[in-house]
Order: sequence, then C-alpha cells, then structure tokens
Amino acid sequence: MRSSVACMIELEGLTKRYGGKLAVDNLTFTVRPGVVTGFLGPNGAGKSTTMRMMLGLDRPTAGDVRIDGRHYDRLTDPLKYIGALLDAKAVHGGRSAHNHLLCLAQSNGIPARRVHEVLDAVGLTAVARKKAKGFSYGMGQRLGIAAALLGDPQILMFDEPVNGLDPEGIHWIRHLMKSLAAQGRTVFVSSHLMSEMALTADHLVVIGQGRLLADTSMAGFIAQNSRSYVRIRTPQRERLLDVLHEAGITAVESGSGVLEIDGGKPERIGELAAQHHIVLHELSPQQASLEEAFMQLTAESVEYHAHTDTPARPWGADWQKGD
Amino acid sequence: MAATQVIRSEWTKIRSVASTVWTLSLAVVVTLALSMLISALSANEFDKLNAQDRSDFDPTFISFAGMTLGQLAMIVFGVLVVSNEYSSGMIRTSLAAVPQRGTFLFSKVAVATGLALVVGMATSFAAFFLGQAMLGEHRAQLGDTGVLRAVVGGGLYMTLIAMFSMGVAAMLRSPMLGLGILMPFFFLISNILGNVDATRKVGRFLPDQAGSRIMQVVTPVGDDTPYGPWGGLGIMALWVIAALGGGYALLKRRDA
Ligand SMILES: Nc1ncnc2c1ncn2[C@@H]1O[C@H](COP(=O)(O)OP(=O)(O)OP(=O)(O)O)[C@@H](O)[C@H]1O
Ligand SMILES: [Mg+2]
Repeated sequence: MRSSVACMIELEGLTKRYGGKLAVDNLTFTVRPGVVTGFLGPNGAGKSTTMRMMLGLDRPTAGDVRIDGRHYDRLTDPLKYIGALLDAKAVHGGRSAHNHLLCLAQSNGIPARRVHEVLDAVGLTAVARKKAKGFSYGMGQRLGIAAALLGDPQILMFDEPVNGLDPEGIHWIRHLMKSLAAQGRTVFVSSHLMSEMALTADHLVVIGQGRLLADTSMAGFIAQNSRSYVRIRTPQRERLLDVLHEAGITAVESGSGVLEIDGGKPERIGELAAQHHIVLHELSPQQASLEEAFMQLTAESVEYHAHTDTPARPWGADWQKGD
Repeated sequence: MAATQVIRSEWTKIRSVASTVWTLSLAVVVTLALSMLISALSANEFDKLNAQDRSDFDPTFISFAGMTLGQLAMIVFGVLVVSNEYSSGMIRTSLAAVPQRGTFLFSKVAVATGLALVVGMATSFAAFFLGQAMLGEHRAQLGDTGVLRAVVGGGLYMTLIAMFSMGVAAMLRSPMLGLGILMPFFFLISNILGNVDATRKVGRFLPDQAGSRIMQVVTPVGDDTPYGPWGGLGIMALWVIAALGGGYALLKRRDA
C-alpha cells in the first residue's frame, strides 16, 4: 500500500453526463483521513452522483476516482476499505435487519459476529429479526449506517445522513462522524445545510451545478465568510461620518440611512458618538451567517430558485467567475 | 473477491425472503395437482380414443401436463430473484459490496438455479409417479425406454425456464415488466404460435416448445420436428445462454 494515498479518496477531473445534462463537471479534489469532510451543495448539485461514482455504481463520463490509490472494483472485499450510506431505502423490505447485514458480511468475508456488533452499535439489536419494511425512517437510516460500519472500514461516506432524523438521531450521527474521524478515519458526508456542516465538518468541499466552488478548511471558510460588522442608524449621518473619518474608521452606507462598519467595535463607536453628542437610533454588532455565505456562494449555480429575495449581486460572484 | 463468499451471500439472500418459498411451493403444488387431475381424466377418456390417438398416447408426457401452469410459478421465482434487487433499491448496496458485476450476477444465478434444480427435479419425479398412479392400467414404468430421460428432462426443463427468466429479468430490471412479458409469452403467445400452421415452424424453436420435447416418450405419428429430445433441450439452453448473456452485458454497461 502506498502510504501517500492511504485512506484517501482522490477525484481527478471527474465528470458525469446524463444525456444532455452535465451532472458532475470536472471535479478534482481529495478527501483526507482524520477529519470530517463536508460535501456541500444545493439540490441537484451532483453530490449523490459523485458519491455513486466513488463506489463504482455509475460510470464516469470522464475523469477518475480512486480509493486508496485504486479503482473501486479493484478492491478485494471493498466493505473493508470503504463503508457507505447512500440511501436508507436500499434494502429489501422483506429481509430482516440481521439477514440484510449477514449477506453483506458474507460477500466480503466479514465474520458473522460483526453483524451483532454493528447492530448493537446503532441500537437495532432489539429489532434485528424484524423485517426492514416495518422500520421507521430513522431505523432504516441506522440500518444503513450499520452496513457502512460492517467491514470496520477506514473510509466512511454518508449521503445526507441527518435527513429526516429527529434531534436525538441527528445528535447521534454528528457524534458518530466526529468520533470516526478522531480515530483517524476518512469521513465524507454530504449535506445541503451549511449550519449542519459548521457543527460537524473540519473541511469543506462545496459544489454547485456539478462544479467545484470551494475546497477549504471549515475554519478558513468561517474566517473568510462570516463577516462581522457594526450596524448604525442615526439622524445625524453627515456628522457621524466626519467624526468616524477623523478617528480613522471607514463606514459604508448601505441604503436608507444605515451605516455599516466592518470589524468595528460597537463600544468605541458609541463612545465617539457620545463625545460628539451624536444621537444614535441603532448600534448593533452583526454577524453574517454561514448559511448566508453558503447561499451567496452557490447563488449563481442554484438550479431550482424559489424566485424570492435572491441577492442582486451575490457575494463572491467575482471569484466564482474566475475559472 | 472470492466467488464462494458471494455464493454464500446469495444463499443467505434467497433463503431470507418470503417470495422464494411461495413461488417454489406454488410451482410444486400447481404442477402436481394439475398433473394428477389431467392424468385421471386421460385414463377415463382412453376408451373413447380412436386407434391413432391410442398409439400416440404418451402416459409419461401426460403426467407432466401440470407443468404448463407450474412453470409460470418458476418464471415468477426466476424474475423475482433478480428484479427484487432493483425494485427494492438493494442493487446499489449489493454492487457496492460486490463490484465485480459478473461475479455478482452469476453467483446469484448459480444459487437460484441450484434451488430450482432441486425443486424442479423433485417435482418432475413426483408428478410422474402421482400421474402414473392416476393412469392405472395405462401407466408407464420408469424402466421403460426413454421414460427416465423424460422425467429427468422434466426437472431440467423447470430449471431452464427459471434460468431464462433470470436472464430476461436482468435485462428488464423491473419485476412488473419482466412478469408482464414472460407470463403472457409462455402462457399464450408460445401456444398460439405453436398451434397455428403458419407459425408452427417458428414456434417450435421457442424455448418452452423446444425444451418440452424432452418430456415426450412417444413421438406422435407424422411428427416432423427437426430435433430430438436432447436437441430440443439444447435449443432451450441456447435461449438461456442468450438471455443471461444479454443480462450480463447490460448489467456490466449500465449505471446501477
Ligand atoms: N440517473 C440519472 N439520470 C439522469 N439524470 C440524473 C440521474 N441522476 C442524477 N441526475 C441529475 O443530475 C443532477 C445531480 O443530481 P444529484 O442527485 O447528484 O444531486 P444532489 O446534489 O445529490 O442533490 P440533492 O441535494 O437533491 O440530493 C440532477 O440534475 C439530476 O436530475
Ligand atoms: Mg442527493
């Protein structure tokens, strides 16, 4: 095994075309071990398609994806390398949870006792002999996760694992993904919720309309995108601007008499206003949410707009175009 | 990927769904019940037959009469074994576990074929003995010329019908489509083609008509079928190879 590629998923120019539709467009990035990598994109961005190609289920139109340096179908007993939850419904409903996992284990030479271990790990032991069609959505999701864990793989992949789960289930999955990464495993998880990713992911890959929009650390993304500023409303706008200017603070007008000061300290501004007897109607620290940053990042590539208040000039539009 | 692992896995799959049990039991029950009924009716009718019909009287073949209906259950078995993977979405889980698609398909087919062979052979022998019991004085003996070949052939026929259905199901994926095409084909269209003069020469090369030749012990007078019992089974086997080959080629090429 070449250590340089151990436990990594490497995509190179990965492209998938369905008829006339380009679902995945020339994606190149690497998923590394030891961290949770969030795979983010709006509906129809191509996340699931990318994941199916990683597992050798869909054939790439162009490009390549390698697991541990090899093509998926070159892995002997692939469940021991990579475990995936793609679709919780990918189970024969007439089969019991135990038998579902048993047939998967047998196909990869995994000992049958692992079936009991993973059923226990996901909390399905009590319903192990029940048919999967009677399972609730959350139980189905847990069964899919049990299947992913079956071969004790170093790489794990989850496609929107928290969809349809209750808060307790969401909490459980978050904790699971973090602890898997803490054990040094490679964890790749898709979502269309930035807020969800902010809580779990250490690294972020963002796509829109099949194209790579960002490949960055979570901390970097937050630093770059969560602009904090002070919002001010005052009837003495000109006067305040002069005072701020003298103090070396730049304020930007953002329409209807509102001023915004990037990275400004509200205390300092309040004191300055008091010294010069300027009336303030509002002085509030603001933080642009990550969700907003994400929406703006992908705004141009969102396929199915709801036609509401889309930003006129999306933030980051300049560097999206830099291709 | 060791094929033995995949075969064990497919065995677990096939024994853990209800459709296996009900389709195969239906094949046995329907074949035996109908074979006994028709054998009993034929024994009663024998005295009313003319000389020609009496010389064509084939007690062995008559005791397999129930297979015309019983084979439909075998078709359902063959179709469901394969298309269950698609209708449930299990196919993606299965192919992620076994990315060698040839190993996956042929292990599945091997396991299902083994099961169909055991059930088909048992059904054929049971149909023969029960049918002969109904036929009374007109019965054939297992030791008579060609009879053992016909009875073993009946079991092979049931097996090949199931295999053909698996191949077609692998091509069509959807169980509704698979059953919707195969059931009327074997129950109606093949019979019509075989009984209309204009199409008889083509019809007898269809898998079921060619294959069922092996269950005949008495060749009717004036029969001009261009193949013998094993030749007919060979033609059926070619159909099976074509169906499975087509299923494999599509599975290998398609996105799952
Ligand atoms: N089998 C297919 N045939 C044709 N088009 C497809 C197929 N699979 C996906 N697509 C198209 O490719 C695009 C990407 O779909 P994909 O399911 O990968 O998106 P996604 O990012 O997973 O979206 P979501 O967040 O809604 O799950 C979509 O426009 C979809 O319609
Ligand atoms: Mg998706």
